[in-house]
Amino acid sequence: MGTFFSSSIGKKFVMSLSGLFLVIFLLVHLSINALLLVPDGGEMFNNAAHFMALPLIKYGLQPVLFVGFIVHIFYATMLTSINNKARGSVKYAGGNNTKDVMWASKNMYVLGITVAAFMAVHLCDYWVPLQITGNVESTTLHGTEMHDTYALVNAAFSQCWRVALYVVGALGLSLHLTHGFWSAFQTLGASNSLWRKRWTVIGTIFAWVVGVSFSLIAILQHFFYQA
Amino acid sequence: MEKTINLTLKVWRQANATAKGAFESYEVKNISTDSSFLEMLDILNEQLINENKEPVAFDHDCREGICGMCSLYVNGRPHGPDDEVTTCQLHMRKFKDGETITIEPWRSAGFPVIKDLIVNRNAFDSIIAAGGYVSVGTGGVPDGNAMPIPKVDADEAMDAASCIGCGACVAACKNGSAMLFVSAKVSQLALLPQGKVEAARRAKNMVAKMDELGFGNCTNTGACEVECPKGVSIANIARLNREYLKAKCLD
Ligand code: SF4
Ligand code: FES
Repeated sequence: MGTFFSSSIGKKFVMSLSGLFLVIFLLVHLSINALLLVPDGGEMFNNAAHFMALPLIKYGLQPVLFVGFIVHIFYATMLTSINNKARGSVKYAGGNNTKDVMWASKNMYVLGITVAAFMAVHLCDYWVPLQITGNVESTTLHGTEMHDTYALVNAAFSQCWRVALYVVGALGLSLHLTHGFWSAFQTLGASNSLWRKRWTVIGTIFAWVVGVSFSLIAILQHFFYQA
Repeated sequence: MEKTINLTLKVWRQANATAKGAFESYEVKNISTDSSFLEMLDILNEQLINENKEPVAFDHDCREGICGMCSLYVNGRPHGPDDEVTTCQLHMRKFKDGETITIEPWRSAGFPVIKDLIVNRNAFDSIIAAGGYVSVGTGGVPDGNAMPIPKVDADEAMDAASCIGCGACVAACKNGSAMLFVSAKVSQLALLPQGKVEAARRAKNMVAKMDELGFGNCTNTGACEVECPKGVSIANIARLNREYLKAKCLD
């Protein structure tokens, strides 16, 4: 097993599993965000956010999530730098005219950086006030006092530039997933000529559903949910 | 219909492995569109020899698309602008009169340039030597019916076996990865009973050799299969991943 994680396939195995783990996180995050569209003044969303801040999740699952992100980013950086070296020091003067190669597949690291940059802003906007400084208005729902997360998110989405940034981040994520999703299964060996088509179709649909949903929630919040 | 064309060639010239190379421009005239790309280079070389200049060094052998010796990165693509052919099978009718053609060697850390357009592809031989064979005694020729092999498996093994080891996959890959080649060589044996005996050892040793020799990590872009002159599919890469993971689990 020792040589496994230093082998090329072993490192990519780590990329695949951490990527798929983050995909699951995206689904959870998106489901909770969808509650922003429930027209109850944010009650359901606040309850869900409160639940996600329970100690078990905050101190149990959240560190696992961070490890997932760090591993994915760390391995991506390592693999990309090895690959750049393997490409050789002299670039092709004739450029690259190979057809039928998906743009996203050749730019996963750049797309990853887009997603990471967006995430950094996102963490400063929400995670820091909600989970670190606690510098957030409170609300009381059914006798429980909790952060008024809804108000925080709603206020953020009142700003045009934030919505725009959010949409750019979400669409960058979509592109990242259009290649990342099927690629993960290919690396795990769970693919062949037939399943490759299936994974790409499922992956492409999934990628755009996730990106467009995140974007739509932000846009709808901006236009229809402002007090 | 035979036609002739005039061309400008931008060719990579490099005296030896350590020398600094550069592009040189040459004119060739009255090239028949029926000639092959390598024949066109032969004409250029005759011209250079007559001018008392050093001819351009390039690899070739069979000139019928089966040995994998010819290489060349032509106008931004390994084996040039045609699909599923080697450079020796590329014809001049694919080019226009007056066109400038850029001719470069394969570029990747795993294939260093030896001279001009020739690169050192010994790395592929080392990978094969690491396990791309069957060493069990398979005895005499058995009766064809004694060892039933499903048609699909036989076909897929045959498709994988059509890899000629040219290295276009590495040349096309943004990661300089040799996974298509290695996966073809592992697959052609992994699919057949004779190859199963050493399957685990083969997958581990060939991948280890590939990593050791400085090839990159596959990111599944699929550029290799687009440029492979034999149409080897990246479904083989999934199989290699599977074989490797299986082998490592058994450790
Ligand atoms: S897989 Fe295709 S491109 Fe790669 S070495 Fe074999 S024949 Fe050449
Ligand atoms: S010279 Fe043999 S394949 Fe081109």
